[in-house]
Amino acid sequence: MLPLTHAIGLIDYGMGNLHSVQRAFERLGATVLAVGDQAGIDRCDALVLPGVGSFDPAMERLHGSGLVAPMLQWCAAGRPLLGICLGLQLLFEASDEGQAPGLGLLQGRVTALPSSPGHPVPHMGWAPLLAGEPSPLWPAAVPTGVPDAADAWMYFVHSYAAVPRAPRCVTAQVAFAGTPITAAVWQGAIGACQFHPEKSGLAGQHLLQRWLAWVASRP
Amino acid sequence: MVAKRIIPCLDVADGRVVKGVNFVGLRDAGDPVELACRYSASGADELVFLDIAASHQGRSTLVELVRRTAEAVTIPFTVGGGIRSVEGITELLRAGADKISLNSSAVADPNLVAEGAQRFGCQCIVVAIDARARRGPSGSPEGGWDVFVKGGRENTGLDAVAWAKQVVALGAGEILLTSMDGDGTQAGYDLALTRAVATAVAVPVIASGGAGSIAHIGAALGEGQAAAALLASLLHDGVLTVEQIKTELLAQGVNLRPLEPAMAG
Repeated sequence: MLPLTHAIGLIDYGMGNLHSVQRAFERLGATVLAVGDQAGIDRCDALVLPGVGSFDPAMERLHGSGLVAPMLQWCAAGRPLLGICLGLQLLFEASDEGQAPGLGLLQGRVTALPSSPGHPVPHMGWAPLLAGEPSPLWPAAVPTGVPDAADAWMYFVHSYAAVPRAPRCVTAQVAFAGTPITAAVWQGAIGACQFHPEKSGLAGQHLLQRWLAWVASRP
Repeated sequence: MVAKRIIPCLDVADGRVVKGVNFVGLRDAGDPVELACRYSASGADELVFLDIAASHQGRSTLVELVRRTAEAVTIPFTVGGGIRSVEGITELLRAGADKISLNSSAVADPNLVAEGAQRFGCQCIVVAIDARARRGPSGSPEGGWDVFVKGGRENTGLDAVAWAKQVVALGAGEILLTSMDGDGTQAGYDLALTRAVATAVAVPVIASGGAGSIAHIGAALGEGQAAAALLASLLHDGVLTVEQIKTELLAQGVNLRPLEPAMAG
């Protein structure tokens, strides 16, 4: 369990409701602070960037709240950040969904899911992850690709998916229309998932627990 | 390919579960949040809350219920019943609902579906359709299904398949399709209706009304081509559990999210 001295900062920029994410971390014993400015960020040991909605309004709000520079500094200092859903997409350089540049913390672009008969977009529902490069979020020990491994099943709702320039940062994928797409990424101290761990039952809880344990284990 | 889903449905009024739920060891059998947690722990993939009173004074109670549910439940949930405006949709999504289900209000004002989808994305707008087989003056089926509203009291004259196509074109991301002929009979889902709608639209269709056995659920997900099965009294009365349903359907090779280790056994 995470020592209570670690504060998890939930970036509050008005995109989607923070309740479920906040409660998911609190259930695991974490202290969660909703942060909306530099002073708030300074009090935290790790940051979570959630988000539901579309790319441009989200970037606009991040810029509007003055959070972009502090977040970039945070990551440049090698401190932990976890993106969730739209929060994953914002980490990249650009998106098919909008015109605004993303945070550019990870190289690559977010592209629209292909339209393919029998595979409705948004990609919505439960699907099993396929293992990528092992990471604290998705270590090699977590079973994937076997249909009966409940811990591999996550809940997705999205119409766009990231295509990282470095394939090594893809820590998990999910099959969409017969093709693997990015489900989770990891690079340095930055992790992110396209699915919603806070809506993915025990499997999601285990994933958040792994991330918290990694945060707590850092020197 | 996303998995097929098993979805318990709870009827609520003034923040309480309306139909009795037969669960062993519940502290409060009428508390929707406690039941929601139980169903989630037993392997449900999603939950639906229908506010059947949908009274004006009950609104704040419903919002509070949604807020408590969002804090406690770790799977997605849909809220429906008496939601008539974008403000109503906004309030419930803000409180933590994942999806909003529109029924009579979508018939009265189809633009509400479009506005909701534009504002919040089609993934969170569900249109619920209550359908009944069309009958001629002699009472014999004429083919096709009529859409009913106001809790099944009023025939709109709309064709269920055509209406489903229309709301999907407006932005509905999912159809919750209830067979009024099947509802409460436990004689099986209306597979012809389910398949007719599921093959007419590109969005997931949730089959509802008539489940009496695991075989019925398998048929709705197979022959009926539904993406999900909605269950109420069969679960609430303790006839079947989500574990039993999933264990058997998984053994038959149905693509379902497996039970968590804690749920199985």
